[in-house]
Amino acid sequence: MRCCRPALLTPPLLLLTACSGWQSSLDPQGPQADLLAGLFWVFTAVLSAVWLLTMTALVVALLRRHPARTEPLELNTRPERGMARTVGAAAALTLVVVVALTVVSYGAQRALFSGGEAPLTLKVKGHQWWWEVTYEDPGPSRQFTTANEIHVPVGQPVHVKLESADVIHSFWVPNLAGKMDAIPGRENRLVIQASKEGVFRGQCTEFCGWQHAHMAITVVAHSLEDFERWRESQISAAEPPDDPVRKRGMQIFLSRPCVMCHQIRGTPAAGKVAPDLTHIGSRLHIAAGTLPNGRGNLAAWIVDPQGIKPGAHMPLIKLNAEEVEPLARYLEGLK
Amino acid sequence: MKRLPPIAAALVFLSACEREDREFRPSPVAGEGDAAIALSSIAPGPGGTEMRADTGKAYEENAYHLSEGKRLFTWFNCKGCHANGGGGSGPALMDDRWIYGGEFQNIVQSIGEGRPNGMPSFRGKIPDELIMQIAGYVRSMGRHVPMDAAPGRNDDLMPRPSEHRLPSSPAVTGGTVPPSGQAPQ
Repeated sequence: MRCCRPALLTPPLLLLTACSGWQSSLDPQGPQADLLAGLFWVFTAVLSAVWLLTMTALVVALLRRHPARTEPLELNTRPERGMARTVGAAAALTLVVVVALTVVSYGAQRALFSGGEAPLTLKVKGHQWWWEVTYEDPGPSRQFTTANEIHVPVGQPVHVKLESADVIHSFWVPNLAGKMDAIPGRENRLVIQASKEGVFRGQCTEFCGWQHAHMAITVVAHSLEDFERWRESQISAAEPPDDPVRKRGMQIFLSRPCVMCHQIRGTPAAGKVAPDLTHIGSRLHIAAGTLPNGRGNLAAWIVDPQGIKPGAHMPLIKLNAEEVEPLARYLEGLK
Repeated sequence: MKRLPPIAAALVFLSACEREDREFRPSPVAGEGDAAIALSSIAPGPGGTEMRADTGKAYEENAYHLSEGKRLFTWFNCKGCHANGGGGSGPALMDDRWIYGGEFQNIVQSIGEGRPNGMPSFRGKIPDELIMQIAGYVRSMGRHVPMDAAPGRNDDLMPRPSEHRLPSSPAVTGGTVPPSGQAPQ
C-alpha cells in the first residue's frame, strides 16, 4: 500500500495548483474580485468550523456510554432538560451563523453593485462563439470595435454592459469579477477593475452551443499611458500595406468572401457579423482564445476553420495554395 | 428467454440515438465553382436547368443546413429586398410563383449568377456550401422541405408562422410563372 500513497495524494495537490494563475477567482487582482475572494474564504472558514463541530458532537454522542433503561415508559426529566437546552442553543447558534453570513454576503454585494462613476464604458456582446467589444465614447469618431480582447487601465473602474446577439452567454473573468449573464434583449452591467498589470483570461460560463468551450476572452491590464496609446492605435484605421506580398494579401481579402462578414476599417470591407479585423495583428489570440496569434495559426484558421472549431460560423473559404500566405501576412501585419 | 423482451425494448430505444448528421466541414479540396450541381446558363424560366449529381436533398432535408441558411438569409441581407419571404423590392419567396424556377438548382443558380433587374451575383462572394444552405432555406419558406427539418420559431417578431408550421406546398415542378415572368422580355 505504501507505494500507492503518492499516487493518491497527487490529484488533490494538482487541484491546489489551480488556485493561482491567469484564470482563478482565488487569485484576485482587483477590488471586486478581492471582495468575492474574501466572501469565499469567510464562508469556507465558518462552514468548515460548523461542519467540524457538528461531526465532533456526533462522534462524541455515538461513543458515549448510555445507561441502559430498565423501563421504557419511565420518565427521567433531568437529563432530558439538559438535552433540550443543548438543542435549543445549537438552533440559536445556527440562526446566528445564517443571519451573520447573510449580512456579510449582502454587504459584499451592495459594494459590488453600487455602481458609481467610471471613466470607461465598454459594451461586450456575446456571439456564438466570440465576444464583440465596443469602447464607448461621447465622440462618435473615438468609438471603436474590437473582438475577444479587452484592454483596461490599471486602477480605474471599468463599466461593462453585457448584451447578447443570439443565445444566453455568461461573462466571467475570475481574477477580476464575478460572472454575469449576457441575455438577448437585455443589458446587464458589471464593474471590473484591475489593481495591477497583467493578462487575465475569461470564459463563457453559460452553455451556449457547440463551441462554448472555445469562447474565451482575454483582459489585458496596462498602465494608464500604455492604455491610452493602445486606444489611440485602435481608433485609427488600418494602415495600407506597403510591401507587394501584403498588398496582394489585401487584394485577396477584398475580392473573396471575407468581406461579406468581416470589417477592416480603412478598406471597403465592412461586414458586421463577424469579428472586426482592423487590428487583428495586435491581438494575443485568434478565434476567441482558441489559438495563439501568429501567421501560421492565421493561415491554419483560414484554410480549415471547421477542423479547428467545428460548427463555428467561419466558413471554409476555398483559396489556392499560393493565396494563403499573402493573406496571412496581410492579416498578421494589421497591428 | 424471459430476458429477451426487455433487452429488445432497450435496443429499440437505442435506435433513436442517431437523428441526423451535422456536416460542418465540406471537402476542402474542390475548387470554388466546381459545384456539385451543374448549372445551365441557357434560359430563364422553369425546366431549363441541367441537373447532374445532386438535387439538393442533402441540404433540404437537414435541419442544421436549413437553420444555417436562415441565419445567413439575415446576415447577407437577403431580407433587404425579399423581406421575410413576402417580398419587397425583390419578389416574394414564400409563394409558388417563380420567375426563374423554384427547384433547388434554380435557386442556387439565381443566388450564384444573379438575375436581371436587381438580383446581384454572389458567386465568389458567398462560398458554394453557404449558397446551398440559403437555397435550402428559401425552399423551406414555401414548406417544400420536410416538416421535421424546417426551422422552428424565431426569437424576434415574425410576420408569418415559422417555417415548420407552414402548410406543405403541393409540388409544382418549377412552380407557376407570375405575370411578370410571362410578359415578353
